Amino acid sequence: MPSHDVMPDMELYQPVQVEDALALAARLGERGWLLGGGQDTYGWLKDRAKRAEALIDLNGIAALRGISETADGIEIGALTSLTEIATSPLINQRYGVLAAAAGRVASPQIRNAGTLGGNVSQDVRCWYYRRGLDCYRAGGNLCYADTPEGMNREHAIFGQSRCVAASPSDTAPALVALDASMVIRSENGERVMPAADYFVGPAIDIRNTTALRTGEILTAVRIPSTWANASFYFEKVADRNVWDFALVSIAVAMKLNGDTISDSRFVAGAVECKPRRLLDVEAAVRGKPRDAATAQSLGDLASRGARTLAHNQYKVPLLNNLVRRALHIA
Amino acid sequence: MNPQLTRRHFIKGVIFSASAAASGAGYYIASAASRSPGAVERLISLNVNGRVRRVDVLPQETLAHTLRYRLNLTGTKLACNRGECGACTVMLDDIANYSCSVLTHQVKDRAVITVEGLRAEDGTLHPVQQAFIEELSPQCGFCTPGQVVAAAALLRANPNPTREEARQGLSGNLCRCGAYDHYLNGVMRAAELMA
Repeated sequence: MPSHDVMPDMELYQPVQVEDALALAARLGERGWLLGGGQDTYGWLKDRAKRAEALIDLNGIAALRGISETADGIEIGALTSLTEIATSPLINQRYGVLAAAAGRVASPQIRNAGTLGGNVSQDVRCWYYRRGLDCYRAGGNLCYADTPEGMNREHAIFGQSRCVAASPSDTAPALVALDASMVIRSENGERVMPAADYFVGPAIDIRNTTALRTGEILTAVRIPSTWANASFYFEKVADRNVWDFALVSIAVAMKLNGDTISDSRFVAGAVECKPRRLLDVEAAVRGKPRDAATAQSLGDLASRGARTLAHNQYKVPLLNNLVRRALHIA
Repeated sequence: MNPQLTRRHFIKGVIFSASAAASGAGYYIASAASRSPGAVERLISLNVNGRVRRVDVLPQETLAHTLRYRLNLTGTKLACNRGECGACTVMLDDIANYSCSVLTHQVKDRAVITVEGLRAEDGTLHPVQQAFIEELSPQCGFCTPGQVVAAAALLRANPNPTREEARQGLSGNLCRCGAYDHYLNGVMRAAELMA
């Protein structure tokens, strides 16, 4: 589809205080659009697939940037760039799975501009939806992807509900694996929710991929010390190593007690509309050594219950194999 | 042929006169007057290649557009215009960014360096430019300005990269001729020239 050189007319607000941004978000409501790195935003606006009357640019708010230590872990401002996260000594040292995930997003230039808040709040990549078609997610009453001739190679194998799009974020599975929580502010105050609840599938809300509501701003992500310095594994499989979104990704945190796994988090990306915690796998590896035998014993546990579409059956063995690799590559 | 009448100047002249006729100054005055309180001012100062330039910028305008069509810095190429090719790469405070995917109003307080701003005052080419010539890095040349800026940004952050680090550093720039290894040769030679 044609990409227009210039975006349509919009107002631009550049607040420097969170309070001003919250007031703008409340006043503009549905007419406003929160702007982080903009790497998802500009495509929607240039293509005229979505519109906004005003952009609220959050990049000037210093309080939303940076990585700091807290009493129990770390807090990352939502406007912190993915490059800062991927190269932060603190995050590499304690939460390597998040650094690895941030370092695999898109391309170097996009990581320089893209933010953590934007990466976890970006919209799904279903091209029918992004083309501006009136699918379920866009408020219409059909799905163009889940049809005999629909192009659905990249779509979900779990949790479809009218919409079959998959979660595109690389950092989201890592944050769920680390039991992170999301700090959300509005003019009415602050609420903090687990990352696992921040991401929502189409059965709960088909118009939004997150719990963020109009008038609210994701201001920070908190990571508790629960999984600090655990054994981590992250792998993203994509068509190209740069730019492309995950076909399947896996973020794993494991606590080892001697040779055996005392506790773990296995979270897969791009298999469902939200990061998918593999609870059966976590239960099956508890008390087992991290080795090839444990990996083999899992069989197809990770993919049990999958419902594939016409062109994405390959995601089933890919998911099973990524789980195995997390266990026997030390 | 008259050296003053180059193809580029001719095309630019045609585009300018057509857009001036089509847009009409009255429209811009009207939209400026209806600006909401608190929204950005259109007349801003930009620090581009070490010079402060006053320029009239739409709120939703991308930096690539401002550079090419308002400041005449056409070394920055617009190809995909959606952050998927790297031809528009510029440096913002020494960090490589896609200028098609940043708003001009977001770089008011940052130092913008385009491919035109890399060579020294006396005309000496930047080591990356010199190395790319010596290694015959470009083939068709369209992606070259973006590759040059991406390589220069890489070498500012990491003056002595391994070939693999250079590969990662330039991985956000597509070359449809497939001259990637030649560009990598150029980056490695540039690092030697700068040592």
